[in-house]
Amino acid sequence: MTPLLIARRVGVAGRLSTTDLIAEAGQMVAVIGPNGGGKTSLLRALARTEDAIGAVAIDGQDVDRTAEAQRRRLLAFLPASREATWPVAVADFLAFGLGAPDAARIEALIAMLELGPLADRPIDQLSTGERARAMLGRAMAGRPRLLLLDEPLSNLDPYWVLRTTELIRAEVEANRSAALVSVHDLDMVRQFDRVILVSGGAVIADGTADAVLEGQSFGEAFRVARGDDGWTISRPADPRSSR
Amino acid sequence: MKIVVALLLLAGVAALHLLSPWSSLEAARAIEPGLATTLLVELRLPRTLLALGYGATLGIAGAALQALFANPLASPDITGSSSGAAMGAVFASYWLGVSSPLVMALAGAIGAGLALVVLLTIAGRRTDKVALLLAGLAVSLAAGAATSLLLALAPSPFAFYDAFDWLMGSFTDRSLGQAAAALIPAAIACGLLLRRVRALDLMAMGDDVLASLGLRPRRLGIEIICLGAIAVGACVSVCGAIGFVGLIAPVIARRLTKGHPGRAMIPAGLIGGGLLLGADLLVRVIPLDRAIPVGVVTTLIGAPVFIAIVMSMRGKMAS
Repeated sequence: MTPLLIARRVGVAGRLSTTDLIAEAGQMVAVIGPNGGGKTSLLRALARTEDAIGAVAIDGQDVDRTAEAQRRRLLAFLPASREATWPVAVADFLAFGLGAPDAARIEALIAMLELGPLADRPIDQLSTGERARAMLGRAMAGRPRLLLLDEPLSNLDPYWVLRTTELIRAEVEANRSAALVSVHDLDMVRQFDRVILVSGGAVIADGTADAVLEGQSFGEAFRVARGDDGWTISRPADPRSSR
Repeated sequence: MKIVVALLLLAGVAALHLLSPWSSLEAARAIEPGLATTLLVELRLPRTLLALGYGATLGIAGAALQALFANPLASPDITGSSSGAAMGAVFASYWLGVSSPLVMALAGAIGAGLALVVLLTIAGRRTDKVALLLAGLAVSLAAGAATSLLLALAPSPFAFYDAFDWLMGSFTDRSLGQAAAALIPAAIACGLLLRRVRALDLMAMGDDVLASLGLRPRRLGIEIICLGAIAVGACVSVCGAIGFVGLIAPVIARRLTKGHPGRAMIPAGLIGGGLLLGADLLVRVIPLDRAIPVGVVTTLIGAPVFIAIVMSMRGKMAS
């Protein structure tokens, strides 16, 4: 069976050196890495933003050659920014995620994300966490084959961190789709089937959560280590003595 | 339904604008039956069409620019494109000796486009509101100064004097030919802008999401800027720069479209047309021994509204 996602030499000039990537249906992939390491660039490259290079195929279709309606079926991208300029109502914002009006789907999303009391409120007047939820709903609205979610767990309260992870898992399993999710909270990483570590503008590790978190490149990239009382800063070895 | 009521209302204001004052039409008819018709078609009709069309253009172009810049302060005047258009038209008229209204319209469009390019170079597109405001102010001032310089050094010693009425924004004594030169390019450009209603709504999610949908934000941006410059430039070259309509009409329109920036274009066009017709009616109704330029009226009314928008934004930023 061909994989759901086949990305060839994708990258963003000056941000992320080109890389190949494959993801299977049903897979929930965490993208981790230090600030500025290239997590967002990897997601943007796969989402085909204007500075993206390489080629991405989803379900065997070259994404760059598809028009809007088909592309909505293939992928959805949630940027890390929670900014909203215009006072669009939450329900209307969710509808931006659909190619054609579908009141039933909007209602389902509102129920799923518990946005009922906020549905008619302008999105720019919500709290950052509430906005994050509405924006996630927009990305999930069209039930695409590949979800590219940039830090969907940031700005959320503990309930919603767990609940959002659960919802992404449920969607990936029900729809036999895949999700690439950038995550900062390393304790959440074990909820994912696979972890990609991006640092210094390149993918430097890729495997199960255990393999990546225990790997040598993890410590070098993050400069933290898991101790008995949680995460601690690991002092780098003196470069003069190490080489 | 709502759109029908709005169109009827607008047609009513346009008819009022065209027919008032009624007494002078009566007087003309008393002298000679054909005179009233001539007065109506050759003097009043261009004025009504220009007020309506220019206002609609400002509304549509303003709404498109606000959607593109993700900024409720972006408008043809605040971004400096009206001033740029005036500069282009003055240069063509007094230095190149252009008299064809259509070439003038082209010069206006080039000036407006130039101003927008300079603005983008200074501030970038998705910049914060204050930076855009300051860059727009800089472009307006520079274009205004350049216009003054072009007039001061113009071969014709009367340039300053006869440009004054034109540059302040006025609809008096324009011919049907001039109206056509302004409004045909403007109507085509506005029609093309209205094809982007949905794309500009979706732009509310940001450029990266738009690109992920396959909609090419960079190309869309260039398209909006060029069409906006053509529409506004053509109108400015015939009627001069008119402030604040392009800022206020989209702000009111978005209240009707529940915040949707792209969908606001059509109501913004209707509101803009109504506002400018109303302002020009006011100019004619106010009993003064001299005509005041309609641009002065829109600025007098618009400036307080602009201040109110800025203050409400300040409140939002502080919270």
